[in-house]
Amino acid sequence: MTVSRDSSTDIRSRVVDAIERRAPLAIVAGGTKHFLGREAQGEPLALGDHRGVIDYHPEELVLTARAGTPLSELETLLAEHDQMFAFEPPHFGAAATLGGTIATNLSGPRRAYAGAARDFVLGTRIVNGRGEILRFGGAVMKNVAGYDLSRLITGAMGTLGVILDVSLKLLPRPRETMTLVQSLAPRAAVENLCRWAAAPLPISASCIEGEHLYVRLSGTASALAKARTTIGGEVLEGADTFWLEVREHRRPFFGGETPLWRVSVPPAAKLDLPGEQSIEWGGALHWLKSDAPAKTVRAAAAEQGGHAMLFRCSVRSSDPYHPLPEPLMQLHKRIKAAMDPHGVFNRGRMYAEF
Amino acid sequence: MTDSGKPAPDKRELIAALRRFLPDDSIRHATEDLRPYECDGLSAYRQTPMVAVLPRTIGQVQQIMRVCHERGVPVVARGAGTGLSGGALPLGDGLLLSLARFMSILDIDPVNRTMRVQPGVRNLAISEAAAPYGLYYAPDPSSQIACTIGGNVAENAGGVHCLKYGLTVHNILKLKMVTMEGELLTFGADALDAPGFDLLALATGSEGMLGVIVEVTVKLVPKPETARVVLAAFADVEQAGAAVGAVIAAGIVPAGLEMMDNPAIRAAEAFVHSGYPVDAAAILLCELDGTAEAVADDIDRVSAIMAQCGAGATRVSRDEVERAKFWAGRKMAFPAMGRISPDYYCTDGTIPRKHLPRVLRRIQELGRQYNLAVANVFHAGDGNLHPMILYDASRPGELESVEKLGGEILRLCVEVGGTITGEHGVGVEKINQMCDQFSSAELSQFHAIKAAFDPKGLLNPGKAVPLLKRCAEYGGLHVHGGELPFPELERF
Repeated sequence: MTVSRDSSTDIRSRVVDAIERRAPLAIVAGGTKHFLGREAQGEPLALGDHRGVIDYHPEELVLTARAGTPLSELETLLAEHDQMFAFEPPHFGAAATLGGTIATNLSGPRRAYAGAARDFVLGTRIVNGRGEILRFGGAVMKNVAGYDLSRLITGAMGTLGVILDVSLKLLPRPRETMTLVQSLAPRAAVENLCRWAAAPLPISASCIEGEHLYVRLSGTASALAKARTTIGGEVLEGADTFWLEVREHRRPFFGGETPLWRVSVPPAAKLDLPGEQSIEWGGALHWLKSDAPAKTVRAAAAEQGGHAMLFRCSVRSSDPYHPLPEPLMQLHKRIKAAMDPHGVFNRGRMYAEF
Repeated sequence: MTDSGKPAPDKRELIAALRRFLPDDSIRHATEDLRPYECDGLSAYRQTPMVAVLPRTIGQVQQIMRVCHERGVPVVARGAGTGLSGGALPLGDGLLLSLARFMSILDIDPVNRTMRVQPGVRNLAISEAAAPYGLYYAPDPSSQIACTIGGNVAENAGGVHCLKYGLTVHNILKLKMVTMEGELLTFGADALDAPGFDLLALATGSEGMLGVIVEVTVKLVPKPETARVVLAAFADVEQAGAAVGAVIAAGIVPAGLEMMDNPAIRAAEAFVHSGYPVDAAAILLCELDGTAEAVADDIDRVSAIMAQCGAGATRVSRDEVERAKFWAGRKMAFPAMGRISPDYYCTDGTIPRKHLPRVLRRIQELGRQYNLAVANVFHAGDGNLHPMILYDASRPGELESVEKLGGEILRLCVEVGGTITGEHGVGVEKINQMCDQFSSAELSQFHAIKAAFDPKGLLNPGKAVPLLKRCAEYGGLHVHGGELPFPELERF
């Protein structure tokens, strides 16, 4: 039984009260992504009660739902209509919600081929740090009226406002899917992925694990059959489970206590760092298990035009995110003040400075 | 006093300050030399700037911004000037910053599938430079021969392939931007994401209000193996609207899905002879791309759906020549209007697709009320409507009627849950309609974001986001349900 409840008035009252008392709030819904980033200071503001689908017409390719709606509930609904969130969001726990997905902008295996969460955000309704309920964007595909504050809020880790509702663009589920696996050294695998990405092939995910390259194809049966002749390899049985384990970090690679880095680089980048790597997104995302000092990892990522985030660590880091150049940090602080002048939302959740 | 309400800056002194670092051929200040900058694609609004500058380097742009910032001189940036909302309209007391000389392609990286370009590079030139690698830049606004990437980013330009390939915001990786204070900032990265807030998205579509774009890194995508178009004619607009929904509901994402109504069909056919059925109430053009096999599968499915939805005649392009011919009428729809009417005004709203029949009916009713003909072309796949109001500017009062009708059409888009602009931007054109779409708190939030980048409000002032007092003046005309919008403001 799905629950639908609009708690936006209560949430707004909580925010107004917090602003009056200058009491910081730590926004929480399912709590499955609490491990990400820094610990927010403040009283918990729970969004779990604010849930349910507001609008869904499959032929519009748009879904609008409340932030506290469980992600799994939404995915079940979409699957009934052969549709999906094309960015394949990781859940990291059964309680994962839509709001947390958007606040963290986490995307799964399909990201390099379909886009990130932020690419599918069409509109949001939020409470800002003046206690006002505001609506930005909309439920239509194209909308350039006003600044794109919906995308600004996406991935801002709740530091700019409380997300109440989100409208997302959907895509139809592919008619057929096939995963091919082959033995290949990581460097050669990345080179192949870069070459294939420059050709019109229906690739929808890739993963390099050890000496194995996994490539998922999605599309019509005829297109898959043809692409297979280019890509080669054996058809993987139980592929859905494999990609689910990749998305949810349940592959054996992700086990153990070694710090896990998320290194985002241009696809062809070479990352020579101590430790083990699992590579997704056609080469653009390296999961690195390494005890190397943060400085070393970050310098290697930056040298390639990318950045590194300490994703998981047994001891919570005080600066998990890649540091920002000073002028950009100043701009971040001014944007934070523009959205949340009293600094009540998720203080310090992203960077210590705000 | 001047149009930005501040004391007029000293033109001579400003020019002297610019001459310290700019060669004479980079500064225009005589009235006849300023004429080319007096308007963009929205030519109903004209104003010559006080000074125009054409820098060649990022360093010069930074110095120009510092000089203007110190003196409180407003700055309007301009690319090719093809914008349709007046976003590049100069200010009489301001400086017009042309990026026309930033025309270089800086780097092509076929392996990572990116291109780093200066803002004055034309949209189509990017795809042409990528073509030898089998790659192209996906967003294709109809002005792509002339419009520049800097302007595309400033407006978050779209095109006919948005539903499948996205807007500008989905197809760029990195921007370099100079702030009003002359600081050079980088947003985004060469990777798929960047640390911190998504400033790349915030800057895209910000209409020159937050900074001046001086470099863009775009994503390139592989050219589809093949593309074919289904042309379907309908005797009834509602059937055509239903067919659009049915194609989407069948799980097909066309590369392009366009609709034209009868007045648009007739005008286009008379101009380019695409073979459109001139007696149809509406036609749909549905382009499918991908591998030859996948396209063949989808062509059959789409043709069947069109027939089920009542299409009278369906044709499929047999080769590239015929595909180009099918598209020619759609792509030439705007100039075709220019042939049948002395003037036309094209507006740009987006609606949820399900309301299409209702909105088209209402637009025709409104047209009759105002005694003006309206033709519609429609990016049907993503709900983006371009009503074209035909008029004659030489008839006294007709332009005012057209603007009123355009405003009513946009308000209708907002009423059905849509937006006042899908891809042309707000500029000066739709500044009043912003008051229909956003509350005073929302507009104030936009102003606060603007101030985080440009505290003195010197970048493109008067565009994109209306002042609350402007909404109060305009809003007073539109009282909804007896409730005054912006009740906290004085009326005058």
